[in-house]
Amino acid sequence: MNQQQITLISFGYFRKDILEVIADAVKHQFLLPVIFREGHLDLSEFYDPARRQYNGNRMLKQVDAEFASDASKTLGLFSVDLFIPILTYIFGQAALNGRTGIASLYRLSNGRYGIEPDDKLLLERFTKEVIHELGHTFGLMHCIIPSCVMRSSTYVEDIDQKEQHLCLRCREEYKISP
Amino acid sequence: MTKQISILIVDDEESVRDSLYSWFIEDRYRVECAENAKTALSMLESDTFDIILADLKMPGMDGLEMLRRIKAIRKESIVIVMTAFATVDTAVQALKDGAFDYVTKPFDPDDLSHLIRNAAKLITLADENEVLKEKVVMLENVEDLVGNSEAMQKVLRQVESVAQSNSSVIITGESGTGKELIAKAIHSNSPRKFFPLVSVHCGALTESLLESELFGHEKGAFTGAMYHRKGRFEMADSGTIFLDEIATISTKMQIELLRVLETKKFIRVGGNKEITSDFRVICATNKDLKSMVEKGTFREDLFYRLNVVNIHIPPLRERVGDIPLLVEYFIKKYCTSMNKPPIIIDPAALRRLEEFSFPGNVRELENMVERAIVIGNGKKIHLRDLPLEKSLIDSSAESLDDHEKNHIFQILTKYDWNITRAAKALQIDRVTLYNKIRKYELKSAEEK
Repeated sequence: MNQQQITLISFGYFRKDILEVIADAVKHQFLLPVIFREGHLDLSEFYDPARRQYNGNRMLKQVDAEFASDASKTLGLFSVDLFIPILTYIFGQAALNGRTGIASLYRLSNGRYGIEPDDKLLLERFTKEVIHELGHTFGLMHCIIPSCVMRSSTYVEDIDQKEQHLCLRCREEYKISP
Repeated sequence: MTKQISILIVDDEESVRDSLYSWFIEDRYRVECAENAKTALSMLESDTFDIILADLKMPGMDGLEMLRRIKAIRKESIVIVMTAFATVDTAVQALKDGAFDYVTKPFDPDDLSHLIRNAAKLITLADENEVLKEKVVMLENVEDLVGNSEAMQKVLRQVESVAQSNSSVIITGESGTGKELIAKAIHSNSPRKFFPLVSVHCGALTESLLESELFGHEKGAFTGAMYHRKGRFEMADSGTIFLDEIATISTKMQIELLRVLETKKFIRVGGNKEITSDFRVICATNKDLKSMVEKGTFREDLFYRLNVVNIHIPPLRERVGDIPLLVEYFIKKYCTSMNKPPIIIDPAALRRLEEFSFPGNVRELENMVERAIVIGNGKKIHLRDLPLEKSLIDSSAESLDDHEKNHIFQILTKYDWNITRAAKALQIDRVTLYNKIRKYELKSAEEK
């Protein structure tokens, strides 16, 4: 494995205790050191006024160009509404077997769906998303095991159905991933 | 997922192609992209894709035109038309042209996921259906064609090799040898197997009835034709038509048939519209068509058109070794259909069956076994259950020479043409047996 660490870069304000919980969970899953950084991007460049959302494809490319290195798997943490041209929204995305991913907590909050906000649930969902996207950077594809964090989630309640960890098969695959 | 589903994305926008590519790759699909319809169509010439996601508006050929072309090449392809500018007209047109679905960009991730999952389910079901159909066909073939003898194995090898081609076949053989079963086996193993095998028993129909049966008729074509009716050639479109007792058709019908075989076009009786049908022809006869051609009772041109491949089924008396197998098969078949426990056959009864000439061939043997199961004691088939006594003498053989010829032939077949053993059984010396073989022009199955 070339990458000896995972770098989480927060774009915008994230509470430190939240980042620490996420870092712990990531470290536990991938058994690699996790470091934090703060990053700054002019997000207006990625804003699409017609969709009133941010272009995830371009943001991923930008994060990769400005912040990623071959020595680390890098994941950008955002709190804006992401989209890609073909989909109405995304929770996050990553380059399969690449070095970079992004995830946003914008659509993970109950408040967005008219339900009582639940910070604990929000943190759980975001942690799962972060692990899921990082899994893609390690070459893991979507898994059919319902409880596996690599299972595809297309709506927010889907994320609640899975656990924060990789299933045995994905764990096995992770070990042999480059 | 039992097999990896392949997806082709056709869109002129790179960002759309990339997004969909990444999305599907993560879901373990095989994904390829094309930036326009022309590239997609050329990719489809060398590769097969289960699902094609095509943008409606592209420079050059649009998605609807591409959909029509794809459907013309491979009907079962699942094409999903995507557009950012949906209208009712284009949606209706796309669905009319065979699109699986018509979706508006951008998609909700959950909708896209469901759409592809539904398409994949359909593909899996279609694949399962194919496998099951093949299994059904295999059962039909394997069960119906029984025989380990060299003669029968040769027939089966011919069936296997001819099945894949489109050539016309003439099946010859005495009555009751199983010509229709061979026709079924050819059809069931051919690429036309999922289309109909239409049988016509030419001998059972008068000339005018046969004409109407084969070509169909329009309403009012003749008295009593109250409705139009499809003919057998039309019904056999994409499949096979089996013309049994072909030697019985009239000279007029022979001319008509030749024309249809050459053009694959015909007109219904009383009609004026030309109909085209893509069928394969298999004929059967128990007559010697070649000698009929020599006598002028069968058209030579039709004979050569039909006789591309000839499969001759030997009579049962020439493959005595198959009798135990056939008896076993028929016992199993009828005990199962009559809900009876399996029974056995007395060795003495089986020996007598092996000595019998079976002028009615396998059909006669089958009827005998069925009858024996019905009237027998339900445990064993005895000699008394078989109607052999009266018919042991071949009814077609009248002269003493005919009887001698048949008997020698049966003994030779029984001992696999081992002259020493056959001569010993016949209680004559080998030279006499050779002389008899020459006199009666007897030949083993391999020599024929």
